[in-house]
Amino acid sequence: MLGSIYALIALGYSMVYGVLRLINFAHGDVYMVGAFIGFYSSRWLRLTYTNGQVNEITPAGMLLIIAIAMLGAALLGVLIERIAYRPLRRAPRLAALITAIGVSMLLEYGGQIVFGTTKKDYPWLAGTAQLTGTVQSFGGISIDKVDVMILIVAAVLVTALHLFVQHTKPGRAMRAVSFDMETASLMGINPDSIISLTFIIGSAFAGAAGVLVGMRNHYVEPLMGLTAGIKAFVAAVVGGIGSIPGAALGGLAIGLCEEAVRAFYPQITDAMVFGLLILILLVKPTGILGGGTVEKV
Amino acid sequence: MRLRAGSAVRLVVWTAVLAAAAMAAGALIKGPLGGYYFRLLILSGIAVVAAVSLNIINGFSGQFSLGHAGFMLVGAYASAGITLFAHHSINRAFDAVGLPAGARTPVEFAIAMIAAAAAAGAVGLVVGLPSLRLRGDYLAIATLGFGEGIRSIFVTVDALGGASGLHDIPEYTTLTWVVLAAIGVVMMSRNLALSTHGRALFAIREDETAAQAVGINTFKYKVLAFVIAAAWAGIAGALLAHSDKNIDPRSYSFMKSIEIVVMVVLGGMGSVTGAVIAAIGLTWLPELLRAAAVYRMVFYSALLIVMMIVRRQGLFGRAELSIRWMAETLRRMTSRALGERR
Repeated sequence: MLGSIYALIALGYSMVYGVLRLINFAHGDVYMVGAFIGFYSSRWLRLTYTNGQVNEITPAGMLLIIAIAMLGAALLGVLIERIAYRPLRRAPRLAALITAIGVSMLLEYGGQIVFGTTKKDYPWLAGTAQLTGTVQSFGGISIDKVDVMILIVAAVLVTALHLFVQHTKPGRAMRAVSFDMETASLMGINPDSIISLTFIIGSAFAGAAGVLVGMRNHYVEPLMGLTAGIKAFVAAVVGGIGSIPGAALGGLAIGLCEEAVRAFYPQITDAMVFGLLILILLVKPTGILGGGTVEKV
Repeated sequence: MRLRAGSAVRLVVWTAVLAAAAMAAGALIKGPLGGYYFRLLILSGIAVVAAVSLNIINGFSGQFSLGHAGFMLVGAYASAGITLFAHHSINRAFDAVGLPAGARTPVEFAIAMIAAAAAAGAVGLVVGLPSLRLRGDYLAIATLGFGEGIRSIFVTVDALGGASGLHDIPEYTTLTWVVLAAIGVVMMSRNLALSTHGRALFAIREDETAAQAVGINTFKYKVLAFVIAAAWAGIAGALLAHSDKNIDPRSYSFMKSIEIVVMVVLGGMGSVTGAVIAAIGLTWLPELLRAAAVYRMVFYSALLIVMMIVRRQGLFGRAELSIRWMAETLRRMTSRALGERR
């Protein structure tokens, strides 16, 4: 169910790219911060309780920390956009790209100072530690209870996003801005608020993904955003960057590929992901669901 | 780049003088300076080679590479392969031609560096080829993917040392070699910038479509920029490997590439002297701020963001630091300070 986590992160990359044509390198680190917000909020709100060797959390508590992490990550995303990206709106895209790399490094190394460099033990979902894994079983295929939760949360969020973008007024404004920012602003849409909204939604999704991955791996660390971010970005490119269903599809595809490769050749997982990226970029840079682009002179 | 006889002689003389100066300085400084600062001197020279070569891609041709550490890694492995595994056969060849003992190490290291440049240049060709199809961000991502991909190949394949890298590499890198390489890459950049080929690269940077329209083979020149820069990065990698005495593939990661990008951006993309100064400055600065070592990378990243927002063109923009430039700037600043009106 790694795929649904990648899908959640990839959505943020894809939405921001769709609106700003910017690769938000800091997105993977927003996901990391989201995971830490979830971790600390579960502690401070005393949502965890010890059961035997491990700390546990109820499903309701998990949903609560997911909500808090989404809120915190959204706030961080908007802050990043305001401080680092907005002054560069009219600048060459390269300048914005370099800034994004800077923000990413700032969060990673700042995170190491604030959170410490050691791994933090994440609480377990109630009842999963004792049963060690398999809970639900469908005709011989067993699925971890946490994975079921991840799948449900991701499916709900992605469906909600799809409905929002396709059937509400702000959603339509968002599509208009990503299609042509100038024309959209002539039609009475405020691009700045739409861009902020994009960052809010994308970062909130990353925050949720951070908590989910913490629940799954049972630990979080400040550099976790680096590889996950790159892989989610690959997922966004594979699915067709700028396309929301594409990001979801790409995330699932990358997750499945990675788990399949890990099962047989664990040492080449990362090489496989990068190989896939280069292959897609060479063969069809716009991705599976991406449309063609016209180069304007 | 044809050189006139006079300038060729001048070049040789200057190189010889500087090499001799570096050799003398190496012998004289090392004692009083101490091993630590001497090593910093060598590291800043290597940083200069890496940054100035990246400037050919990112500054001259306007492409964006995020995989320079990957080229360095290729060069490091290629050169270490020669000095570690071909050491005996090379020595046998030296016996055959009767090379004196004192010249053996330099010649062997020179062979290793040529191999490093060739290997990295070949990889640069492979990475440069996709630039036919990819532009801007996509090319940046592809180079990032290549850099990390190369690294994961070296880490995965046990025949190449695996995750622990290579050890017991002879310490061949001297200040003389580093200074020679730095002079080489700076001279080459300068001559490239003054040549037809350089102007073609600048035209591509300004407007690729227009460059193509006036008959510049944009594909050829973009690939050329990648090959030249990669070859020099390979030399930087060879120097680093023979200074560290080992290769740890983890230290040639994406972060290393970013560090080099920061040097080029800070110095001003397209400015050779800017890259030189930024490379030296950013090698020494963190060491001088040793007490705040934890904050080093935080400082780097904040610097990058502030730089992009406040002074996007870097310290020098595209200008080169020269006596004339300094006099111009000084005059402009004083006249502004005095409030003179023209």
